[in-house]
Amino acid sequence: MDFRILRTAGWSLAALLALAAATQAVDTPFAVHMIIFAVAAALMVVATLNREHKLAVGSISQDLTGYDDDVIRWGVIATTFWGVVGLLAGLLIASQLAFPLLNLDIEYTSFGRLRPLHTSAVIFAFGGNALIATSFYVVQRTCRARLAFGGLARFVFWGYQLFIVLAATGYVMGVTAAREYAEPEWHVDIWLTIVWVAYLAVFVGTLVKRREPHIYVANWFYLSFIITVAMLHLVNNLAVPVSMFGSKSYSAFAGVQDALTQWWYGHNAVGFFLTAGFLAMMYYFVPKQAERPVYSYRLSIMHFWSLIFLYIWAGPHHLHYTALPDWAGTLGMVFSIMLWMPSWGGMINGLMTLNGAWDKIRTDPIIRMMVMALAFYGMSTFEGPMMSIKSVNSLSHYTDWTIGHVHSGALGWNGMITFACMYYLAPRLWNRERLYSLRLINWHFWLATIGIVLYTASMWVAGITQGLMWREYGADGYLVNSFIETVEALHPMYLMRATGGLFYLSGGLIFAFNIAMTIKGRIRIEKPMTETPYDAAADRPLLAQPAE
Amino acid sequence: MAHKHIDEATGTPTVGHEWDGIEELDTPLPRWWLITFILCIVFAVGYVIFYPAIPLANSATPGTLGWSSRGDLAKEMAADTSRRAPVFKAIAITPLAQLPANPALLAQAIEGGRAAFKVHCVQCHGAGAAGSVGYPNLNDDDWLWGGDLGAIEHTLINGIRNPDYDETRNSQMPAFGEILGNAEIEAVITHVRSLSGLEKPSLAGATVFADNCAACHGENGKGNRDLGAPNIADSIWLYGGDRKTLKHTITYARGGVMPRWNARLNPVTIKMLAAYVHSLGGGEAGPPPVPAEVAEASTRVDE
Repeated sequence: MDFRILRTAGWSLAALLALAAATQAVDTPFAVHMIIFAVAAALMVVATLNREHKLAVGSISQDLTGYDDDVIRWGVIATTFWGVVGLLAGLLIASQLAFPLLNLDIEYTSFGRLRPLHTSAVIFAFGGNALIATSFYVVQRTCRARLAFGGLARFVFWGYQLFIVLAATGYVMGVTAAREYAEPEWHVDIWLTIVWVAYLAVFVGTLVKRREPHIYVANWFYLSFIITVAMLHLVNNLAVPVSMFGSKSYSAFAGVQDALTQWWYGHNAVGFFLTAGFLAMMYYFVPKQAERPVYSYRLSIMHFWSLIFLYIWAGPHHLHYTALPDWAGTLGMVFSIMLWMPSWGGMINGLMTLNGAWDKIRTDPIIRMMVMALAFYGMSTFEGPMMSIKSVNSLSHYTDWTIGHVHSGALGWNGMITFACMYYLAPRLWNRERLYSLRLINWHFWLATIGIVLYTASMWVAGITQGLMWREYGADGYLVNSFIETVEALHPMYLMRATGGLFYLSGGLIFAFNIAMTIKGRIRIEKPMTETPYDAAADRPLLAQPAE
Repeated sequence: MAHKHIDEATGTPTVGHEWDGIEELDTPLPRWWLITFILCIVFAVGYVIFYPAIPLANSATPGTLGWSSRGDLAKEMAADTSRRAPVFKAIAITPLAQLPANPALLAQAIEGGRAAFKVHCVQCHGAGAAGSVGYPNLNDDDWLWGGDLGAIEHTLINGIRNPDYDETRNSQMPAFGEILGNAEIEAVITHVRSLSGLEKPSLAGATVFADNCAACHGENGKGNRDLGAPNIADSIWLYGGDRKTLKHTITYARGGVMPRWNARLNPVTIKMLAAYVHSLGGGEAGPPPVPAEVAEASTRVDE
């Protein structure tokens, strides 16, 4: 009881402090952020009191014997919602690149502000929610234990949503730390740090409680993702605020050291957020959906350790042909090359898990999506090391090739595997007989695949065109093209890219519709397709936990 | 807990662990995977030996090939510089006015100018040199300060209205908002527009024009290149010929600025730029040739 009072008092105090900070704010965005924070804290007070009241009068009851899936259900909804938002933002900025008029001449809708909105929405809001939700799901099932610190898990979910809202509103208001994929300013960074430590506690707490003698490989990947992202976030965002009540700070690093810190972070955000974390998803959901054992335990050990050891050094390849010393570029390049096989280990383990169940690619649309995800994972983890080679990089650097590379990974791997996992989760979490429609997954699959092909193909062509035009010297020894001429040449490619984005977004909308209908409990009458069985009675912790 | 058993579909034994129904096969590492991994490591070791790689206290191992990205750049730049050198030298010793007499050299100068234009000039004048509001179109024959090779070069060298540079081309239209009344301004707008047939002539406007504007723009509005006073009777407008824009122009005056390029570019590049701009369509013939010694003395080319 005391703890509940403490919690209510704590959130009230937080709301008051935030309001006080808002009155002292030296810039408007900081004031807006403090007000958002105060509102969120006030909502926590109301929610806490409301819940206590309901528990007291008995209108809700707590069942602590099963898995704690509330947060995961919210996570599926949040993933779906932010996914659509992020893709929409992406389509908008892709169209702005083709038609600058769409910037609308308003600062809030200019490309510079919406671009981080897009990247953060898809990576951190869509991908991050998927990672948090699936990690909570997987760690409970593979440990056969209920989630540790249930209250803290709820804090992680809502705290993370608050982080997303603060980041997004900040971008639109022009608040940026100017660090790619880490644009939020210092006050938002501090909040994320708190949330992340709570996340680590919930995850490790559940691992400690486990009823299985061994820790499943998916959990190695999740844990490496959580710990490394914490380290990356802390170091990359070391900064000195100009004022305790303002949204501007200056980085602790300067010059090329700052650039290297940023790309050490940036590349490992790809490595540990978008690779390790999503491999963790793959390691649970692919064998579950395929109903097949994981292909090779030894390969999973080898590629896990080699991946996390090698990835952390590869960042400098983002800074070839800059002020970065050549030796550091070499370091980044050779580690990237060595990273090729460790990355492919995950693809092999995922694809070969289908040994004995290859027919499911034909019959099971979720498996098909997972296979496509793994195929794109393989392609982009080959392309990455190739692009890190200095002579290749001298052509590809700063061009749209990089954008194409990122999107073949993001749309193909991260997007497809996330969609597949959400399709797996939705009927199980809401206790539905099956998804609203399996056939709609097919539609989603093909729209997304066509979208990715249009996107990556157009960006490859655009990137190589750009790279070649920039370096084109005429017979007389003079540069042939002005910058604007290279931009002009890319216009058709930009149109094609936006079209690809439209396809992918359409697939995303179908996905959102399918998930929403499943949650509502609707079932589309259609010709049946294969379905992985689900035994709700067996989906429980191994030993019932005593109610605390 | 599952026990070790042979997986039927693959004939491979399992490891014997089981999590939520997931088992793992004891498949050995794929041999091609292991070999490729080792080859990548061998490549990495070799690369580290051949190229700058290992950081030391004050520097790094240079690599046995002696490669550096800076050296790479220097080599490429040197190759291009030496490729251009003969042409540069020829242009340097040829007076600008005599370039047209050597069509091959002129063509090469124009090519060089085209490249330099794309780096230094497109930001204001546009990639096609068509200009935009406030930035003159260089494709037409409407010149503010003169359109022969020498005049263009002079503009390039000294710029226009550079505040801290005496040689710069300079002139300042008065802000007539402080001199004329509203009715007079409206009248003179009508007159100015009538010069290019946009409106019917106005007698009142003609009077205001004659008293205030003709000194620089000429009686007929044909302009005066010595003062950089635009021809306002040719339907070509630098800022716009509608009444609203003209009112702004007359009330507050205009005074565009162009950098002086002698502070940033070498004389040969400026010469080439002049040749390029001259070639765009509106280039004019220069004044009649002057005796050779005088031309030699007045040319600004130096090495």
